[in-house]
Amino acid sequence: MNSFLDVSNVGITFRPGAPAVLRDVNLQVAKGEYIAIIGHSGCGKSTLLNIVAGLVSATTGGVLLDGREVDEPGPDRAVVFQNHSLLPWLSCRENIRLAVDQVFRGRKTSAERRDWVDENLGLVRMLPHADKRPAEISGGMKQRIGIARALAMQPKVLLLDEPFGALDALTRAHLQDQVMEIHHRLGTTILMITHDVDEAVLLSDRIVMMTNGPMATIGEILHVDLPRPRDRLALADDAGFIAARARVMSFLYARHRNPAEAA
Amino acid sequence: MSTTLQQTLPAAPAAPRQFLAWLGRIAYARGRDALPLIVMLVLIIGLWQIIADRPTSSLPAPSKIWTDSRELILHPFYDRGGLDKGLGLHLFASLKRVALGFSLAAIVGVALGMLVGTSSVAMRGLDPIFQVLRTVPPLAWLPLALAGFREAQPSAIFVIFITAIWPVIINTAVGVRNVPQDYRNVARVIRLRGAGYFLRIVLPSAAPYIFTGLRIGVGLSWLAIVAAEMLVGGVGIGFFIWDAWNSSNISDIIVALIYVGLVGFVLDRLVSLAGTAVTRGT
Repeated sequence: MNSFLDVSNVGITFRPGAPAVLRDVNLQVAKGEYIAIIGHSGCGKSTLLNIVAGLVSATTGGVLLDGREVDEPGPDRAVVFQNHSLLPWLSCRENIRLAVDQVFRGRKTSAERRDWVDENLGLVRMLPHADKRPAEISGGMKQRIGIARALAMQPKVLLLDEPFGALDALTRAHLQDQVMEIHHRLGTTILMITHDVDEAVLLSDRIVMMTNGPMATIGEILHVDLPRPRDRLALADDAGFIAARARVMSFLYARHRNPAEAA
Repeated sequence: MSTTLQQTLPAAPAAPRQFLAWLGRIAYARGRDALPLIVMLVLIIGLWQIIADRPTSSLPAPSKIWTDSRELILHPFYDRGGLDKGLGLHLFASLKRVALGFSLAAIVGVALGMLVGTSSVAMRGLDPIFQVLRTVPPLAWLPLALAGFREAQPSAIFVIFITAIWPVIINTAVGVRNVPQDYRNVARVIRLRGAGYFLRIVLPSAAPYIFTGLRIGVGLSWLAIVAAEMLVGGVGIGFFIWDAWNSSNISDIIVALIYVGLVGFVLDRLVSLAGTAVTRGT
Protein backbone atom coordinates (compact mmCIF):
# COMPACT_ATOMS: atom_id res chain seq x y z
CA MET A 1 0.00 0.00 0.00
CA ASN A 2 1.14 3.50 -0.79
CA SER A 3 1.36 4.81 2.76
CA PHE A 4 1.31 8.57 2.91
CA LEU A 5 0.88 8.64 6.65
CA ASP A 6 2.58 5.80 8.50
CA VAL A 7 1.96 5.21 12.20
CA SER A 8 4.20 2.37 13.30
CA ASN A 9 4.41 0.59 16.65
CA VAL A 10 3.24 3.68 18.51
CA GLY A 11 2.87 3.30 22.25
CA ILE A 12 2.68 5.85 25.00
CA THR A 13 3.16 5.77 28.75
CA PHE A 14 2.48 8.99 30.61
CA ARG A 15 4.14 8.08 33.90
CA PRO A 16 7.04 5.66 34.32
CA GLY A 17 5.77 2.44 35.82
CA ALA A 18 2.14 3.11 34.91
CA PRO A 19 0.51 0.89 32.28
CA ALA A 20 0.79 2.11 28.71
CA VAL A 21 -2.18 4.11 27.46
CA LEU A 22 -1.57 3.02 23.88
CA ARG A 23 0.52 0.13 22.60
CA ASP A 24 1.52 -1.28 19.21
CA VAL A 25 -0.61 1.05 17.14
CA ASN A 26 0.08 0.45 13.43
CA LEU A 27 -1.82 2.33 10.77
CA GLN A 28 -1.03 3.11 7.15
CA VAL A 29 -3.05 5.81 5.47
CA ALA A 30 -3.06 6.50 1.71
CA LYS A 31 -3.15 9.98 0.28
CA GLY A 32 -6.69 11.34 0.07
CA GLU A 33 -8.10 8.68 2.39
CA TYR A 34 -10.69 9.53 5.03
CA ILE A 35 -10.04 7.58 8.23
CA ALA A 36 -12.31 7.56 11.26
CA ILE A 37 -10.95 6.41 14.60
CA ILE A 38 -13.69 5.21 16.92
CA GLY A 39 -13.67 3.87 20.46
CA HIS A 40 -15.12 4.39 23.92
CA SER A 41 -13.98 7.34 25.95
CA GLY A 42 -10.64 6.79 27.62
CA CYS A 43 -9.35 4.49 24.88
CA GLY A 44 -6.61 6.95 23.92
CA LYS A 45 -7.98 7.94 20.52
CA SER A 46 -7.41 11.63 21.21
CA THR A 47 -3.91 10.80 22.42
CA LEU A 48 -3.26 8.99 19.14
CA LEU A 49 -4.40 12.05 17.19
CA ASN A 50 -2.19 14.30 19.33
CA ILE A 51 0.78 12.04 18.59
CA VAL A 52 0.15 12.38 14.84
CA ALA A 53 -0.24 16.14 15.36
CA GLY A 54 3.10 16.20 17.19
CA LEU A 55 1.51 17.81 20.25
CA VAL A 56 2.41 14.72 22.31
CA SER A 57 5.49 12.55 21.82
CA ALA A 58 5.10 8.79 21.59
CA THR A 59 7.07 6.71 24.08
CA THR A 60 7.73 4.00 21.50
CA GLY A 61 7.44 3.86 17.73
CA GLY A 62 6.92 6.86 15.50
CA VAL A 63 4.94 8.58 12.80
CA LEU A 64 6.05 9.27 9.23
CA LEU A 65 4.18 11.75 7.07
CA ASP A 66 5.10 11.89 3.38
CA GLY A 67 8.44 10.30 4.23
CA ARG A 68 9.32 12.71 7.05
CA GLU A 69 9.30 11.91 10.72
CA VAL A 70 6.86 13.80 12.91
CA ASP A 71 8.74 15.32 15.84
CA GLU A 72 6.89 18.57 16.50
CA PRO A 73 3.53 20.16 15.67
CA GLY A 74 3.26 21.88 12.32
CA PRO A 75 0.82 23.28 9.80
CA ASP A 76 1.19 20.22 7.54
CA ARG A 77 -0.89 18.42 10.19
CA ALA A 78 -3.51 21.05 10.90
CA VAL A 79 -5.80 20.20 13.81
CA VAL A 80 -9.48 21.06 14.20
CA PHE A 81 -9.84 20.98 17.96
CA GLN A 82 -12.88 19.59 19.72
CA ASN A 83 -13.63 22.91 21.40
CA HIS A 84 -12.76 24.92 18.25
CA SER A 85 -9.91 26.82 20.04
CA LEU A 86 -10.53 30.10 18.27
CA LEU A 87 -8.83 33.11 19.81
CA PRO A 88 -11.70 35.12 21.32
CA TRP A 89 -10.06 38.53 20.87
CA LEU A 90 -9.78 38.11 17.09
CA SER A 91 -12.58 38.13 14.53
CA CYS A 92 -13.20 34.97 12.50
CA ARG A 93 -11.26 36.44 9.59
CA GLU A 94 -8.37 37.49 11.86
CA ASN A 95 -8.23 34.02 13.40
CA ILE A 96 -7.67 32.50 9.95
CA ARG A 97 -5.43 35.37 8.91
CA LEU A 98 -3.13 34.76 11.89
CA ALA A 99 -2.59 31.16 10.76
CA VAL A 100 -2.25 32.10 7.08
CA ASP A 101 0.24 34.89 7.83
CA GLN A 102 2.29 32.52 9.91
CA VAL A 103 2.24 29.59 7.48
CA PHE A 104 2.64 31.47 4.18
CA ARG A 105 5.00 34.22 5.34
CA GLY A 106 7.43 34.86 2.52
CA ARG A 107 5.56 32.56 0.13
CA LYS A 108 2.45 34.64 -0.58
CA THR A 109 2.11 38.42 -0.80
CA SER A 110 -0.15 40.23 1.62
CA ALA A 111 -2.89 40.54 -1.03
CA GLU A 112 -2.61 36.85 -1.90
CA ARG A 113 -2.91 35.92 1.76
CA ARG A 114 -5.99 38.11 2.11
CA ASP A 115 -7.63 36.44 -0.87
CA TRP A 116 -6.66 33.02 0.45
CA VAL A 117 -8.32 33.78 3.80
CA ASP A 118 -11.49 34.83 2.00
CA GLU A 119 -11.41 31.75 -0.20
CA ASN A 120 -11.33 29.50 2.84
CA LEU A 121 -14.05 31.50 4.55
CA GLY A 122 -16.11 30.96 1.41
CA LEU A 123 -15.35 27.23 1.46
CA VAL A 124 -17.16 26.85 4.78
CA ARG A 125 -19.74 29.51 3.75
CA MET A 126 -18.74 31.86 6.53
CA LEU A 127 -17.95 34.98 4.46
CA PRO A 128 -21.10 36.82 5.66
CA HIS A 129 -20.00 36.39 9.29
CA ALA A 130 -16.26 36.84 8.77
CA ASP A 131 -15.93 39.98 10.87
CA LYS A 132 -17.80 38.68 13.90
CA ARG A 133 -15.90 37.48 16.92
CA PRO A 134 -16.20 33.86 18.13
CA ALA A 135 -18.44 34.86 21.03
CA GLU A 136 -20.96 36.27 18.56
CA ILE A 137 -21.48 33.14 16.46
CA SER A 138 -23.01 29.71 17.12
CA GLY A 139 -21.10 26.56 18.02
CA GLY A 140 -21.51 25.15 14.52
CA MET A 141 -20.17 28.34 12.98
CA LYS A 142 -17.18 28.31 15.32
CA GLN A 143 -16.38 24.79 14.23
CA ARG A 144 -16.65 25.85 10.57
CA ILE A 145 -14.13 28.63 11.23
CA GLY A 146 -11.93 26.06 12.96
CA ILE A 147 -12.14 23.87 9.85
CA ALA A 148 -11.45 26.84 7.56
CA ARG A 149 -8.43 27.80 9.63
CA ALA A 150 -7.07 24.27 9.40
CA LEU A 151 -7.75 23.99 5.65
CA ALA A 152 -6.15 27.39 5.05
CA MET A 153 -2.83 25.91 6.20
CA GLN A 154 -3.01 23.52 3.20
CA PRO A 155 -2.20 20.57 5.44
CA LYS A 156 -0.96 17.25 4.11
CA VAL A 157 -3.32 15.62 6.59
CA LEU A 158 -6.27 17.24 8.33
CA LEU A 159 -6.76 16.06 11.91
CA LEU A 160 -10.29 16.32 13.30
CA ASP A 161 -10.65 15.75 17.04
CA GLU A 162 -14.34 14.98 17.60
CA PRO A 163 -15.15 18.07 15.59
CA PHE A 164 -18.92 17.72 15.79
CA GLY A 165 -19.13 16.26 19.30
CA ALA A 166 -20.53 19.34 21.00
CA LEU A 167 -23.10 20.19 18.31
CA ASP A 168 -26.81 19.45 18.04
CA ALA A 169 -27.91 16.74 15.59
CA LEU A 170 -29.08 19.07 12.80
CA THR A 171 -25.99 21.26 12.86
CA ARG A 172 -23.86 18.14 13.01
CA ALA A 173 -25.48 16.64 9.90
CA HIS A 174 -25.04 19.92 8.05
CA LEU A 175 -21.36 20.12 8.96
CA GLN A 176 -20.76 16.47 8.08
CA ASP A 177 -22.12 17.18 4.61
CA GLN A 178 -19.83 20.18 4.29
CA VAL A 179 -16.78 18.19 5.35
CA MET A 180 -17.68 15.43 2.85
CA GLU A 181 -17.98 18.02 0.11
CA ILE A 182 -14.63 19.61 1.02
CA HIS A 183 -12.97 16.19 1.13
CA HIS A 184 -14.42 15.43 -2.30
CA ARG A 185 -13.32 18.77 -3.78
CA LEU A 186 -9.84 19.08 -2.29
CA GLY A 187 -8.92 15.42 -1.87
CA THR A 188 -7.49 16.15 1.58
CA THR A 189 -6.26 13.24 3.67
CA ILE A 190 -8.35 13.26 6.84
CA LEU A 191 -7.95 11.55 10.19
CA MET A 192 -11.04 12.00 12.35
CA ILE A 193 -11.73 11.01 15.95
CA THR A 194 -15.36 10.25 16.69
CA HIS A 195 -17.58 8.26 19.00
CA ASP A 196 -20.56 8.40 16.65
CA VAL A 197 -21.01 5.19 14.64
CA ASP A 198 -23.24 6.74 11.93
CA GLU A 199 -20.79 9.57 11.46
CA ALA A 200 -17.88 7.18 11.07
CA VAL A 201 -19.68 5.04 8.47
CA LEU A 202 -21.07 8.00 6.55
CA LEU A 203 -17.82 9.92 6.23
CA SER A 204 -14.92 7.53 6.12
CA ASP A 205 -13.19 5.12 3.77
CA ARG A 206 -11.91 3.06 6.67
CA ILE A 207 -12.99 2.87 10.29
CA VAL A 208 -10.28 2.16 12.85
CA MET A 209 -11.81 0.60 15.96
CA MET A 210 -9.88 0.94 19.20
CA THR A 211 -9.98 -1.51 22.11
CA ASN A 212 -10.51 -0.18 25.59
CA GLY A 213 -7.65 1.29 27.60
CA PRO A 214 -5.30 1.01 29.29
CA MET A 215 -3.05 -0.79 26.82
CA ALA A 216 -5.47 0.22 24.07
CA THR A 217 -4.64 -0.63 20.49
CA ILE A 218 -6.35 -1.05 17.15
CA GLY A 219 -8.87 -3.90 17.44
CA GLU A 220 -10.20 -3.99 13.92
CA ILE A 221 -10.19 -1.96 10.72
CA LEU A 222 -13.31 -1.87 8.57
CA HIS A 223 -13.31 -0.82 4.90
CA VAL A 224 -16.42 1.14 4.05
CA ASP A 225 -16.96 0.42 0.36
CA LEU A 226 -19.81 2.81 -0.22
CA PRO A 227 -19.63 4.86 -3.44
CA ARG A 228 -19.03 8.61 -3.19
CA PRO A 229 -20.55 11.13 -3.15
CA ARG A 230 -22.62 9.71 -0.33
CA ASP A 231 -26.09 10.86 0.52
CA ARG A 232 -27.30 10.37 4.08
CA LEU A 233 -30.93 9.90 3.03
CA ALA A 234 -30.22 7.27 0.36
CA LEU A 235 -27.80 5.46 2.68
CA ALA A 236 -30.31 5.09 5.49
CA ASP A 237 -31.77 1.99 3.78
CA ASP A 238 -28.59 0.90 1.99
CA ALA A 239 -27.59 -2.67 2.80
CA GLY A 240 -23.87 -1.85 2.75
CA PHE A 241 -24.35 1.05 5.15
CA ILE A 242 -26.45 -1.02 7.53
CA ALA A 243 -23.95 -3.88 7.45
CA ALA A 244 -21.00 -1.59 8.17
CA ARG A 245 -22.91 0.08 10.95
CA ALA A 246 -23.79 -3.30 12.50
CA ARG A 247 -20.17 -4.37 12.33
CA VAL A 248 -18.93 -1.32 14.23
CA MET A 249 -21.79 -1.57 16.73
CA SER A 250 -20.99 -5.17 17.48
CA PHE A 251 -17.32 -4.30 18.00
CA LEU A 252 -18.12 -1.46 20.37
CA TYR A 253 -21.06 -2.87 22.28
CA ALA A 254 -20.68 -6.67 22.15
CA ARG A 255 -16.97 -7.42 22.05
CA HIS A 256 -15.47 -4.29 23.61
CA ARG A 257 -18.10 -2.85 25.91
CA ASN A 258 -17.32 0.38 27.64
CA PRO A 259 -15.66 -0.68 30.91
CA ALA A 260 -17.40 2.18 32.70
CA GLU A 261 -20.81 0.83 31.69
CA ALA A 262 -19.93 -2.80 32.31
CA ALA A 263 -18.94 -2.09 35.89
CA MET B 1 -27.15 46.15 29.08
CA SER B 2 -26.86 47.56 25.58
CA THR B 3 -29.52 45.15 24.34
CA THR B 4 -32.03 46.22 26.98
CA LEU B 5 -31.33 49.84 26.08
CA GLN B 6 -31.93 49.09 22.43
CA GLN B 7 -35.16 47.42 23.32
CA THR B 8 -36.45 50.24 25.47
CA LEU B 9 -35.22 52.97 23.12
CA PRO B 10 -36.78 52.60 19.69
CA ALA B 11 -35.40 54.70 16.83
CA ALA B 12 -36.44 58.36 16.89
CA PRO B 13 -39.57 58.85 14.78
CA ALA B 14 -39.84 61.83 12.42
CA ALA B 15 -43.16 63.43 13.42
CA PRO B 16 -42.80 65.98 16.27
CA ARG B 17 -45.65 64.56 18.30
CA GLN B 18 -44.26 61.05 18.11
CA PHE B 19 -40.87 62.51 18.95
CA LEU B 20 -42.26 63.92 22.21
CA ALA B 21 -43.82 60.59 23.04
CA TRP B 22 -40.47 58.97 22.29
CA LEU B 23 -38.67 61.40 24.63
CA GLY B 24 -41.26 60.62 27.27
CA ARG B 25 -40.58 56.91 26.96
CA ILE B 26 -36.85 57.46 27.37
CA ALA B 27 -37.38 59.65 30.42
CA TYR B 28 -39.70 57.01 31.82
CA ALA B 29 -37.23 54.19 31.17
CA ARG B 30 -34.32 56.11 32.71
CA GLY B 31 -36.44 57.26 35.63
CA ARG B 32 -37.62 53.72 36.30
CA ASP B 33 -33.99 52.51 36.40
CA ALA B 34 -32.86 55.36 38.69
CA LEU B 35 -35.89 55.38 40.95
CA PRO B 36 -34.65 52.88 43.57
CA LEU B 37 -31.41 54.85 43.92
CA ILE B 38 -33.25 58.15 44.32
CA VAL B 39 -35.58 56.66 46.93
CA MET B 40 -32.59 55.25 48.85
CA LEU B 41 -30.77 58.61 48.81
CA VAL B 42 -33.85 60.47 50.03
CA LEU B 43 -34.32 57.91 52.80
CA ILE B 44 -30.71 58.05 53.95
CA ILE B 45 -30.48 61.84 53.88
CA GLY B 46 -33.86 62.17 55.57
CA LEU B 47 -32.91 59.76 58.33
CA TRP B 48 -29.57 61.50 58.78
CA GLN B 49 -31.35 64.87 59.01
CA ILE B 50 -33.72 63.56 61.71
CA ILE B 51 -30.96 61.95 63.77
CA ALA B 52 -28.34 64.72 63.52
CA ASP B 53 -30.58 67.80 63.60
CA ARG B 54 -30.20 68.42 67.36
CA PRO B 55 -28.07 70.95 69.24
CA THR B 56 -26.31 68.13 71.12
CA SER B 57 -25.34 66.29 67.92
CA SER B 58 -21.59 66.08 67.37
CA LEU B 59 -21.97 65.61 63.59
CA PRO B 60 -23.76 68.09 61.30
CA ALA B 61 -27.11 67.34 59.65
CA PRO B 62 -27.44 67.70 55.84
CA SER B 63 -29.16 71.08 56.21
CA LYS B 64 -26.25 72.37 58.29
CA ILE B 65 -23.72 71.03 55.79
CA TRP B 66 -25.50 72.99 53.09
CA THR B 67 -25.38 76.28 55.05
CA ASP B 68 -21.76 75.71 56.25
CA SER B 69 -20.22 74.52 53.02
CA ARG B 70 -22.36 75.96 50.27
CA GLU B 71 -19.38 77.69 48.71
CA LEU B 72 -17.42 74.41 48.53
CA ILE B 73 -20.33 72.59 46.94
CA LEU B 74 -21.26 75.28 44.41
CA HIS B 75 -17.77 76.59 43.48
CA PRO B 76 -15.34 73.70 43.17
CA PHE B 77 -12.77 75.77 41.26
CA TYR B 78 -12.39 79.01 43.25
CA ASP B 79 -8.82 79.96 44.03
CA ARG B 80 -7.86 82.56 46.62
CA GLY B 81 -4.21 81.62 46.52
CA GLY B 82 -2.24 79.47 48.95
CA LEU B 83 -4.21 76.52 50.23
CA ASP B 84 -7.58 78.32 50.07
CA LYS B 85 -8.85 76.65 46.90
CA GLY B 86 -12.01 74.90 45.72
CA LEU B 87 -12.38 71.14 46.15
CA GLY B 88 -12.00 70.66 42.41
CA LEU B 89 -8.48 72.10 42.50
CA HIS B 90 -7.53 70.00 45.53
CA LEU B 91 -8.87 66.91 43.80
CA PHE B 92 -7.00 67.84 40.65
CA ALA B 93 -3.72 68.06 42.59
CA SER B 94 -4.38 64.64 44.13
CA LEU B 95 -5.32 63.17 40.77
CA LYS B 96 -2.06 64.41 39.25
CA ARG B 97 -0.10 62.54 41.93
CA VAL B 98 -2.19 59.42 41.44
CA ALA B 99 -1.82 59.64 37.65
CA LEU B 100 1.96 59.80 37.93
CA GLY B 101 2.35 57.14 40.63
CA PHE B 102 -0.20 54.81 39.08
CA SER B 103 1.25 55.14 35.56
CA LEU B 104 4.68 54.20 36.87
CA ALA B 105 3.17 51.29 38.78
CA ALA B 106 1.30 50.12 35.67
CA ILE B 107 4.41 50.17 33.46
CA VAL B 108 6.80 48.62 35.97
CA GLY B 109 4.12 46.25 37.31
CA VAL B 110 3.15 44.83 33.92
CA ALA B 111 6.84 44.42 32.98
CA LEU B 112 7.70 42.65 36.25
CA GLY B 113 4.53 40.56 36.06
CA MET B 114 5.50 39.35 32.60
CA LEU B 115 8.98 38.48 33.80
CA VAL B 116 7.65 36.51 36.77
CA GLY B 117 4.94 34.91 34.61
CA THR B 118 7.28 33.67 31.90
CA SER B 119 10.46 32.75 33.78
CA SER B 120 10.23 30.17 36.53
CA VAL B 121 13.63 31.28 37.86
CA ALA B 122 12.39 34.88 38.20
CA MET B 123 9.22 33.48 39.73
CA ARG B 124 11.09 31.56 42.41
CA GLY B 125 13.40 34.49 43.08
CA LEU B 126 10.90 37.35 43.13
CA ASP B 127 7.50 35.98 44.04
CA PRO B 128 8.24 35.37 47.76
CA ILE B 129 9.60 38.92 48.02
CA PHE B 130 6.50 40.33 46.36
CA GLN B 131 4.22 38.30 48.60
CA VAL B 132 5.87 39.75 51.71
CA LEU B 133 6.19 43.34 50.50
CA ARG B 134 2.62 43.58 49.27
CA THR B 135 1.31 43.14 52.79
CA VAL B 136 3.16 46.26 54.02
CA PRO B 137 0.52 48.98 54.58
CA PRO B 138 0.94 51.93 52.18
CA LEU B 139 1.60 54.52 54.88
CA ALA B 140 4.37 52.43 56.41
CA TRP B 141 6.40 53.23 53.30
CA LEU B 142 6.02 56.98 53.78
CA PRO B 143 8.74 57.62 56.40
CA LEU B 144 11.16 55.57 54.34
CA ALA B 145 10.21 57.51 51.21
CA LEU B 146 10.65 60.84 53.02
CA ALA B 147 14.06 59.72 54.25
CA GLY B 148 15.07 58.66 50.76
CA PHE B 149 13.68 61.53 48.68
CA ARG B 150 13.92 64.28 51.35
CA GLU B 151 10.90 65.90 49.74
CA ALA B 152 7.14 65.56 50.17
CA GLN B 153 6.00 65.44 46.53
CA PRO B 154 8.07 62.48 45.26
CA SER B 155 7.41 60.66 48.54
CA ALA B 156 3.64 60.86 48.03
CA ILE B 157 4.04 59.62 44.46
CA PHE B 158 6.26 56.79 45.66
CA VAL B 159 3.61 55.70 48.15
CA ILE B 160 1.04 55.55 45.31
CA PHE B 161 3.49 53.59 43.19
CA ILE B 162 4.33 51.05 45.85
CA THR B 163 0.66 50.61 46.77
CA ALA B 164 -0.63 50.09 43.25
CA ILE B 165 2.17 47.91 41.90
CA TRP B 166 1.52 44.60 43.73
CA PRO B 167 -1.89 43.72 42.32
CA VAL B 168 -0.63 44.70 38.85
CA ILE B 169 2.42 42.41 39.14
CA ILE B 170 0.53 39.49 40.61
CA ASN B 171 -2.42 39.60 38.21
CA THR B 172 -0.19 40.05 35.16
CA ALA B 173 1.94 37.07 36.24
CA VAL B 174 -1.15 34.90 36.74
CA GLY B 175 -2.53 35.95 33.34
CA VAL B 176 0.74 35.22 31.56
CA ARG B 177 1.12 31.87 33.29
CA ASN B 178 -2.46 30.79 32.61
CA VAL B 179 -2.61 30.99 28.84
CA PRO B 180 -5.13 28.23 28.07
CA GLN B 181 -3.67 25.02 26.63
CA ASP B 182 -5.99 25.43 23.62
CA TYR B 183 -4.33 28.67 22.59
CA ARG B 184 -0.87 27.19 23.17
CA ASN B 185 -1.77 24.26 20.93
CA VAL B 186 -2.97 26.59 18.18
CA ALA B 187 0.30 28.50 18.42
CA ARG B 188 2.31 25.27 18.27
CA VAL B 189 0.47 24.00 15.20
CA ILE B 190 1.05 27.25 13.29
CA ARG B 191 4.60 27.42 14.75
CA LEU B 192 4.13 30.83 16.29
CA ARG B 193 7.05 31.31 18.68
CA GLY B 194 9.14 33.87 20.51
CA ALA B 195 8.08 37.51 20.28
CA GLY B 196 5.22 36.72 17.88
CA TYR B 197 3.79 34.16 20.30
CA PHE B 198 4.13 36.59 23.18
CA LEU B 199 2.52 39.53 21.36
CA ARG B 200 -0.25 37.68 19.52
CA ILE B 201 -1.21 35.01 22.05
CA VAL B 202 0.15 35.62 25.56
CA LEU B 203 -0.51 39.34 25.83
CA PRO B 204 -4.12 39.35 24.55
CA SER B 205 -4.87 36.24 26.56
CA ALA B 206 -3.51 37.88 29.73
CA ALA B 207 -5.12 41.28 29.06
CA PRO B 208 -8.26 40.68 31.15
CA TYR B 209 -6.05 39.67 34.11
CA ILE B 210 -3.81 42.70 33.61
CA PHE B 211 -6.80 45.03 33.64
CA THR B 212 -8.16 43.40 36.78
CA GLY B 213 -4.80 44.17 38.40
CA LEU B 214 -4.86 47.75 37.13
CA ARG B 215 -8.38 48.23 38.44
CA ILE B 216 -7.47 47.00 41.91
CA GLY B 217 -4.32 49.13 41.71
CA VAL B 218 -6.12 52.36 40.87
CA GLY B 219 -8.55 51.78 43.73
CA LEU B 220 -5.71 51.24 46.18
CA SER B 221 -3.88 54.34 44.86
CA TRP B 222 -6.88 56.47 45.58
CA LEU B 223 -7.14 54.98 49.08
CA ALA B 224 -3.49 55.68 49.73
CA ILE B 225 -3.29 59.21 48.34
CA VAL B 226 -5.75 60.67 50.86
CA ALA B 227 -3.84 59.17 53.77
CA ALA B 228 -0.45 60.16 52.36
CA GLU B 229 -1.51 63.74 51.70
CA MET B 230 -2.78 64.10 55.25
CA LEU B 231 0.79 63.53 56.35
CA VAL B 232 2.81 65.33 53.68
CA GLY B 233 0.61 68.44 53.29
CA GLY B 234 0.43 70.82 50.33
CA VAL B 235 -2.48 71.18 47.92
CA GLY B 236 -4.52 67.96 47.73
CA ILE B 237 -7.74 66.47 48.93
CA GLY B 238 -6.09 64.56 51.79
CA PHE B 239 -4.53 67.67 53.20
CA PHE B 240 -7.80 69.54 52.70
CA ILE B 241 -9.58 67.01 54.94
CA TRP B 242 -6.87 67.18 57.58
CA ASP B 243 -6.91 70.97 57.47
CA ALA B 244 -10.71 71.03 57.81
CA TRP B 245 -10.42 68.74 60.86
CA ASN B 246 -7.87 71.05 62.46
CA SER B 247 -10.24 73.99 61.97
CA SER B 248 -13.23 71.86 63.07
CA ASN B 249 -15.08 72.27 59.76
CA ILE B 250 -16.85 68.92 59.97
CA SER B 251 -19.26 69.94 57.18
CA ASP B 252 -16.31 70.54 54.83
CA ILE B 253 -14.96 67.09 55.66
CA ILE B 254 -18.26 65.43 54.75
CA VAL B 255 -18.47 67.30 51.44
CA ALA B 256 -14.86 66.30 50.69
CA LEU B 257 -15.58 62.64 51.51
CA ILE B 258 -18.46 62.59 49.05
CA TYR B 259 -16.18 64.04 46.37
CA VAL B 260 -13.45 61.51 47.17
CA GLY B 261 -15.96 58.69 46.84
CA LEU B 262 -17.30 59.94 43.53
CA VAL B 263 -13.82 60.45 42.06
CA GLY B 264 -12.76 56.98 43.21
CA PHE B 265 -15.84 55.54 41.53
CA VAL B 266 -15.07 57.38 38.29
CA LEU B 267 -11.42 56.19 38.35
CA ASP B 268 -12.54 52.58 38.76
CA ARG B 269 -15.02 52.97 35.90
CA LEU B 270 -12.41 54.56 33.63
CA VAL B 271 -9.93 51.71 34.07
CA SER B 272 -12.72 49.20 33.63
CA LEU B 273 -13.87 50.90 30.42
CA ALA B 274 -10.29 51.03 29.12
CA GLY B 275 -10.07 47.31 29.85
CA THR B 276 -13.26 46.55 27.94
CA ALA B 277 -12.07 48.67 25.03
CA VAL B 278 -8.64 47.00 24.86
CA THR B 279 -9.74 43.40 25.41
CA ARG B 280 -12.82 43.89 23.21
CA GLY B 281 -14.90 42.26 25.87
CA THR B 282 -13.10 38.90 25.96
